[in-house]
Amino acid sequence: MPPELIANVIIAGVLTGLVYGLMAVGLSVIFGVVRVVNFAHGEMMTVAMYATVMLFAAWKLDPMLAAVPVAIAFFGFGYVLQAGLVNPFITRPEHSQFMLLVAVAMIMVNALLMVFGPDALNVQVDYQLESFAIGPILFDKARAYGASAALATSALLFAFFKFSRTGKAIRACADNNLGAKVVGLDVKHLYALTFGIGAACVAVAGCMIVLLVDVTPVLGPSYTLLAFVIVIVGGLGSMPGALLGGVLIGLSEALAGLFFNPSAKSMFSFALLILVLLFRPQGLLGRRS
Amino acid sequence: MAEAQLAVRSVSKSFRGLRAVSNVSFEVRAGHIAALIGPNGAGKTTCFNVIAGAFAPDSGEIWFEGRRIDGMRPDQICLAGIGRTFQLVKPFAGLSVLDNVIVGALRHNKRVSDARRKALTVLGRLGLEEKRDQPAAALTLPDRKRLEVARALATEPRLLLLDEVMAGLRPTETDQMVAVFRRLIEEHGITIVLIEHVMRAVMALSDEIHVLHHGELIASGSPDEVVRNPAVLDCYLGEEAV
Amino acid sequence: MNRRAAILLGVLLAALLVLPVIANDYLLSVVILILFFAFSGQAWNVMMGFAGQLSLGHSLYVGVGAYAAAAIYVHYGIGPWAGIWLAMLVCVLLGSVIGFLAFRFGISGVYFALLTIAFAEFTRIGFDHLDWVGGSGGFFLPVVRRDVNDLLNLRGSPVMFYYVALALAGGAFAFCAWLLRSRVGYYWQAIREDQDAAQSLGINTFRYKMFAIAISSAMTGVSGVFFAFYYNNLFPEQIFHISRSIELILGPIIGGLGTLFGPVLGAVVLTLLAESITEVMSVLGLEIPGVKQVFYGLCLLVVVMFLPNGIWPTLARRLGLEREGGRGGHG
Repeated sequence: MPPELIANVIIAGVLTGLVYGLMAVGLSVIFGVVRVVNFAHGEMMTVAMYATVMLFAAWKLDPMLAAVPVAIAFFGFGYVLQAGLVNPFITRPEHSQFMLLVAVAMIMVNALLMVFGPDALNVQVDYQLESFAIGPILFDKARAYGASAALATSALLFAFFKFSRTGKAIRACADNNLGAKVVGLDVKHLYALTFGIGAACVAVAGCMIVLLVDVTPVLGPSYTLLAFVIVIVGGLGSMPGALLGGVLIGLSEALAGLFFNPSAKSMFSFALLILVLLFRPQGLLGRRS
Repeated sequence: MAEAQLAVRSVSKSFRGLRAVSNVSFEVRAGHIAALIGPNGAGKTTCFNVIAGAFAPDSGEIWFEGRRIDGMRPDQICLAGIGRTFQLVKPFAGLSVLDNVIVGALRHNKRVSDARRKALTVLGRLGLEEKRDQPAAALTLPDRKRLEVARALATEPRLLLLDEVMAGLRPTETDQMVAVFRRLIEEHGITIVLIEHVMRAVMALSDEIHVLHHGELIASGSPDEVVRNPAVLDCYLGEEAV
Repeated sequence: MNRRAAILLGVLLAALLVLPVIANDYLLSVVILILFFAFSGQAWNVMMGFAGQLSLGHSLYVGVGAYAAAAIYVHYGIGPWAGIWLAMLVCVLLGSVIGFLAFRFGISGVYFALLTIAFAEFTRIGFDHLDWVGGSGGFFLPVVRRDVNDLLNLRGSPVMFYYVALALAGGAFAFCAWLLRSRVGYYWQAIREDQDAAQSLGINTFRYKMFAIAISSAMTGVSGVFFAFYYNNLFPEQIFHISRSIELILGPIIGGLGTLFGPVLGAVVLTLLAESITEVMSVLGLEIPGVKQVFYGLCLLVVVMFLPNGIWPTLARRLGLEREGGRGGHG
């Protein structure tokens, strides 16, 4: 097997992994702050993917550009979902929260199935088939753009959480819910904001992934699981961890696809999840709570 | 001198660098009532938790009836004959009062019908018989504390660790509890170690008092000795006097 | 349970016993489905409703049980009554491994649920590549004749399957009722309510949680065996899929977690809902995939939001089926 092939596969894996990472960042933010297991995460991304496909079909809007309006729309959706539906469940037992979002996920996936049918849809843009070349190494343009967008979004988020007042307020809520309330922070509003941010991340990731795969409604659950694997491997509450986890998963999938049976690539992800849950549940970069 | 039933020897426990319990030693003789007192944060509940197996001590030993029990799991400690209540009560909220105590009684009464009978007896002891079919979640706090005691009692312990069971009770209720414990000791020879802030109960009940402050044992002795101890008065300055 | 409830149960049982006399094949198949979900829902309920461990990967046991029994039947001609034991054994082993790993490593709650999902998914993809049992193309049991009832090999008419399903569901109900009232049942509920308090009363939580998992996985494995011999085809994508895990738990959650009648009621509600929707759709001449699942989702949403303990507790109170004085955690 020529080394260039392996290198290209690795690079493709890393780039795709960064986009996965962005999706996982959204989940990590939600899970880390609101402490709700967003079981509808992958389904939300699938909805975003369909939105992107529709925008493309209607106005030939490039997914990279569509990311902006879709992200904004999803921010609003996430905010409303949290404030309206999820909020009363914060104090309920874990399995209730879980089932609430499972219900939301079921409704989303099957509503998509009803509206769009089970057949795959996709977008066709020129640069999907093109690559940048550095010597013998190829970078798919679609993947490279996607990865850049993922990094840019993550950097934006990182800056937001580190430097802005609202970002710090959200971090305060995550660290100490009661304390945050005591100092007068509107925790409900901040939770809703966080959910909105997580949803926006997922939306951007979705727009990017549309360039790489065909869209069907049943992708939802797989992506949810993938997001959880990444978040747990990378470490809860750690944004760099989510990105790192994404890269690792993207890499392992790419290599597994190359050396073993492509359809078995997910097995590695799940095996990794099991190992991490057992031996290092805080993940690679997470904090032990 | 009679062998102590419970012997805590040089036990220390830290949490992330904070010394909760530091080199504490005391003994409790069978059939006695010992009280562990001290300001908040003195390490009293941590002591209980170490004895009851919730944590293992960082150093030191704990002996009960001639066996070493430090490091055992909480359920093993119960099997060894020690029962406990929790400072923040933990009722089985979804079960009835009777069912709560049945769970305790099943420790030694393997058949549910036997456990039920035992549970009813214990409930009667603590005056909760009439509420036996109510869901535990519906009880007032004083009743929950009594339920907690009943549940632990149903496991037929030889030593009972009571963590602030008098808190929030009115004086008459406190006196009732004191009477219950006195009767238990008379009839069953049970040993009691209690953590208490309600000095009324402590002075009325205890054979010995051990005073903790900042994780260290600063005084041990009979109630009269302890209340006159200058170190104790020092740390309790301003506290409710008897 | 009180007298009213006992009488109602008796009437129901009698009705179920004579149903095949008056029902047509379609109705029988619907009731078989209800009984199947009542049975598998009850099995899951043992782990979650009784011992408080949330498993979202129970399709693992359905699938493994199904494939185990099917494989030895197709390859070695060994009938399902022996296959059941193999299925239970393998499922208990699997469940014990998962449980042991989880409890020894301190994994609970959400993480435990994710662990169970990971195992199920891992197995699903694994079976896709297991050619000995057909791989992703599917594994098929030979269907001979439907008019001859071969109870030994579970080949036969819908009526035969009906009574088998009834026996399973009824047996599970009785078994769980007995368990719930026993020492084990009390200990499970204690663990579910508060583990620390349970331990302080001498309960070895690890042992009892493992026991719950063993029972739950074994029972679910048995449901898998039934599935294999009733439907006669197995596909990893379907039987191990997470949507099947979720389907399994909808009944108990909607019906009432931790109760005996909950899974049964949930199975009834969901299956009737599904069949009604299918009816309505065919009357309207529409063929839209996903409608049923949307309704399942909405049902689940409504129940989770407004009836967090499921339909049964409220229903039982209204109908006066609760034990006099009201007892928590039973019935």
